[in-house]
Amino acid sequence: MTDFLMNRRALLAASGAVAVTAASGLMMPARAQTWAPTKTMRGGSNSYRPGAPIVERIGGGGFTMSGTVRRAGDGMPLAGQRIQVWAHTTEGYERDPQSHGATLTDENGVYVLDMPQIVPAFGQAHGHLAYDSGDFETVFLRPLLNDPGDTSLTADFVLQPA
Amino acid sequence: MRSGLIWGAVLCVLCVPIVAASLSPQLEWRGPVYIVAGLAGVVGLALLAVQPLLAGGYLPKLSAARARILHRVSGAALTVCVIAHVAGLWITSPPDVIDALLFVSPTPFAPWGVVAMWAVFASAFIVLLRRKLPLGLRGWRRLHTGLAVVIVTGSVVHAGLILGTMETFSKFVLCGFVVLVTLKAIMDRRAWARRGS
Repeated sequence: MTDFLMNRRALLAASGAVAVTAASGLMMPARAQTWAPTKTMRGGSNSYRPGAPIVERIGGGGFTMSGTVRRAGDGMPLAGQRIQVWAHTTEGYERDPQSHGATLTDENGVYVLDMPQIVPAFGQAHGHLAYDSGDFETVFLRPLLNDPGDTSLTADFVLQPA
Repeated sequence: MRSGLIWGAVLCVLCVPIVAASLSPQLEWRGPVYIVAGLAGVVGLALLAVQPLLAGGYLPKLSAARARILHRVSGAALTVCVIAHVAGLWITSPPDVIDALLFVSPTPFAPWGVVAMWAVFASAFIVLLRRKLPLGLRGWRRLHTGLAVVIVTGSVVHAGLILGTMETFSKFVLCGFVVLVTLKAIMDRRAWARRGS
């Protein structure tokens, strides 16, 4: 019986500890809402060609790459940020110069770039994106298409001031 | 009649995936080196089915002596396919292959293929040095069979996870066939057993 009580006491203590942890967790949202910086993805920088020109569209277009760019911490949308895009498409390999282009975010931190259809390469249908302009830390992304037939892909950046 | 059917079925399982891959719409967006590299991988996968068929003596009207020679020829061809596959991919996109070889590729299938590649090379190595290695017949057999299991497992998972030129259905039929024939040959030959021959 004593053992049982001890156990129950221990259980209560443990429950209390869990409750306190949960409560402190519940007090987190103010901090959880802070925007964590986007991490560079494995293989993201493969075939990167620094300084891709800002273009109206890459090649003939037909595929939409888009996303948002925000500041780490407060999540403020960042206007005028240069995002570079490249991929293996119907018009060329990843490393081909004509497969690369860049665009700027609008006042809402949104970028949209029309490019040729991405096709699977090296076993996965994927795109490459880079933020590499110096004001914030460099980030390379390598998002996958959910379906190789998709005609759009989104990738969001949360940038850490350099 | 029966032997004709077996040969026909085997050739179908081996050749249909190769033909299907060589007709893939994705080839339109690839250059010759990339196309050859991909097909070398597909042919290599088909040869993985040939190896246990020969080792187990499952092909009718083929003498054991001839099957043994063909097993070596097919093994050499498999090694050449693996080299052509990796070299062709390297030429097509060096950073992707370097990532794979260093086990830092973002693609989940890459490490399976790389491990299988090293097992193929190790297998070729112990075949060439068979008489010089201090393994004994049983030790050599166990090692060779162990490498075969690594090669088959690695290659089948590698191929299964890739979104490439292979047509899905024929790919999975071939992969299933490779696994089954490999298991059957290992069971039948009792490669781990304490015996001669």
